[in-house]
Amino acid sequence: MLTDQAGKGVHRDTPGPGHSAQIPLRTGGDLLQLVSPEGERISHPEFDIWVKDIGDEHLCSLYEDMTVIRRIDAEATALQRQGELALWPPLLGQEAAQIGSSRSLRDDDFVFPSYRESGVAYVRGAHLSEIARVWRGNASYGWDPLRINLATPQIIIGSQSLHATGYAMGVQLDGANTAVLAYFGDGATSEGDVNEAMVFAASYQAPVVFFCQNNHWAISEPVRVQSHVQLADRPTGFGIPSMRVDGNDVLAVMAATRVALDRARKGGGPTFIEAVTYRMGPHTTADDPTRYRDPIELEDWAAKDPILRLRKLLQAKGLLTDDVEARVKSKADAVAAELRSSCIDMPDPQPLDVFNHVYSTPNSWIERQKDHYSRYLNSFGQPVEEGAL
Amino acid sequence: MSKLTFARAINAGLRKSLENDPKVVLMGEDIGSLGGVFRVTDGLQKDFGKHRVIDSPLAESGIIGTAVGLAYRGYRPVCEIQFDGFIYPAFDQIVSQVAKMHYRTQGRVKMPITIRVPFGGGIGSPEHHSESPEAYFTHTSGLRVVAVSNPQDAYTMIQQAIASDDPVLYFEPKRRYHDKGDVDETFSLSEALPLDKAAVVSAGSDVTLIAYGPLVKTARDAAMAAADEGISVEVIDLRSLAPVDYPVVEASVRKTGRLVITHEAAQSGGLGAEIAASITERCFHYLESAPVRITGFDVPYPYSKLEMHHLPDLDRILDGVDRALGRPNSLSGLEG
Repeated sequence: MLTDQAGKGVHRDTPGPGHSAQIPLRTGGDLLQLVSPEGERISHPEFDIWVKDIGDEHLCSLYEDMTVIRRIDAEATALQRQGELALWPPLLGQEAAQIGSSRSLRDDDFVFPSYRESGVAYVRGAHLSEIARVWRGNASYGWDPLRINLATPQIIIGSQSLHATGYAMGVQLDGANTAVLAYFGDGATSEGDVNEAMVFAASYQAPVVFFCQNNHWAISEPVRVQSHVQLADRPTGFGIPSMRVDGNDVLAVMAATRVALDRARKGGGPTFIEAVTYRMGPHTTADDPTRYRDPIELEDWAAKDPILRLRKLLQAKGLLTDDVEARVKSKADAVAAELRSSCIDMPDPQPLDVFNHVYSTPNSWIERQKDHYSRYLNSFGQPVEEGAL
Repeated sequence: MSKLTFARAINAGLRKSLENDPKVVLMGEDIGSLGGVFRVTDGLQKDFGKHRVIDSPLAESGIIGTAVGLAYRGYRPVCEIQFDGFIYPAFDQIVSQVAKMHYRTQGRVKMPITIRVPFGGGIGSPEHHSESPEAYFTHTSGLRVVAVSNPQDAYTMIQQAIASDDPVLYFEPKRRYHDKGDVDETFSLSEALPLDKAAVVSAGSDVTLIAYGPLVKTARDAAMAAADEGISVEVIDLRSLAPVDYPVVEASVRKTGRLVITHEAAQSGGLGAEIAASITERCFHYLESAPVRITGFDVPYPYSKLEMHHLPDLDRILDGVDRALGRPNSLSGLEG
């Protein structure tokens, strides 16, 4: 059983009516919403059943996770500004999309993320130091992908959609009851790989869920440069059913993801989810969105803040007690402190580590270069200290 | 021992790998009922099923990208790229994903993917069907690159490539597909020459001549012709293009003092340049003359009526041997 940072089980069986194969195609402006921006629960005849098990405690834990990953994001951004991280890709505003989808997964499901899914990594059970070290520059990977069934962050846009589809084809060959989920953004839908992934997934009816976080901006390119139709309209042309959900509504994201995962596990084939959300921060800490983005747009989306929305729901239900607030704040403080200390205390890699793991078997060219560089380092007449180079 | 064409030898090697390891799956365009455009996978789908020999959509990045996912899941995909010039849409998946996944995950995730590529010219095809893209891949760390030159190697090296935990680009010289040769199908992989070793295919003492893939046969023919003139040429079949087996090449050059390298690929930035530089570094004091490259020209692969000018042939190789030996040659009297 995987556990998240709080030590609680993060994967649950999916409830539902057992007819997930018949997903209503939700295209155009038909945006699935189960909680309004004002925090009111909106009843839905088809999707309510998929979140009927989300009781008070569960809602509070979703709130906790969303708050914690916002705090991770803020702390990591601060660490970057202080020179402790080389770069950080903020997820501010996308907490509901990431928590709602990743909390819908089972242990044995496999996930192929992009570089922005730090919240997903947290839920899957990656250690905070494992999340930080890629961005500190200490390693090109964070966690062991096979330990937490989460591939390493993918920087090439959309590449992982093919990996997810291939993995799903392997799941089919194994006859396993496992689903695969690929995360990518709106910009990735322009890439050939995402389109080829949909061709392959549809052709083989692979058990893969394409989870597109439409955060409206691919660095400075707006989503209208990617597509003249709703992104959720595209997959239907490949024969893949799609859902368009309010990505700032954690319950709606959860319901849609559970439907799609269940459908994949039952042999129903691929599904595409467009989670409509908004990247409230920059693309990365190297970016300056004030150069390309209207501040009014940001204000509009700030009013739809996913955490604020869940707070309002919790308040309306009388769940946001001082006790809950204190517990969540204390958890976020502890996680942030651990992220900071594990980042700052992280040992630097050794100079000769640069040569390791290029191949799984020795390569004479690299062995020679490693030997020569080792001799060069030793020519200084003293052992090379950790981090001296 | 049986006489097999090159294509049948690869087919037999693929069959053996499919039989021996249930995790081996073949993927590619037209490889199923058609058996591939060169019939290399002929009959395999019939015998192993559509789930082991997978006809794929027409999308090269898709073929390689899904193979990455299959490898993640523990499979050993063998992908066919239909022609050399069609590999470029898959370039990103090969160099950014297949090559780097082991390094990226510090050894946690292996990519035992074999990518079969019919390569080289000489069959009178239109453009994109005769290219030699190997240098793009030898330049990429994390990939092993091999080129086969005879049916026996084709049979054993495809099995070694599939068994390798590292990704292997396996270049097949398409103009040799119908050449026949002896193949010992009882040959055990443990006795075979390792995948990364070069082979001295004919011994000699005056000049070392390095070739791989389709030009090994041409190089051997050139060595025989040179012998008629009293010149003893040692021909080395490189077999592994990444890594190059430098100990074998070095030993030969220390003996002969002269080096000629031939390949169909363009000269600039090609494998010949790399070998010339490396051997000069390693054997400078043994060299009697500068290494000579006999290669394709730095032009796009030409239309078929001109390809015989582009491709190194026996006479151009012999002219190169003369240059290495300081004998009268086409460039005699030319400075620099």
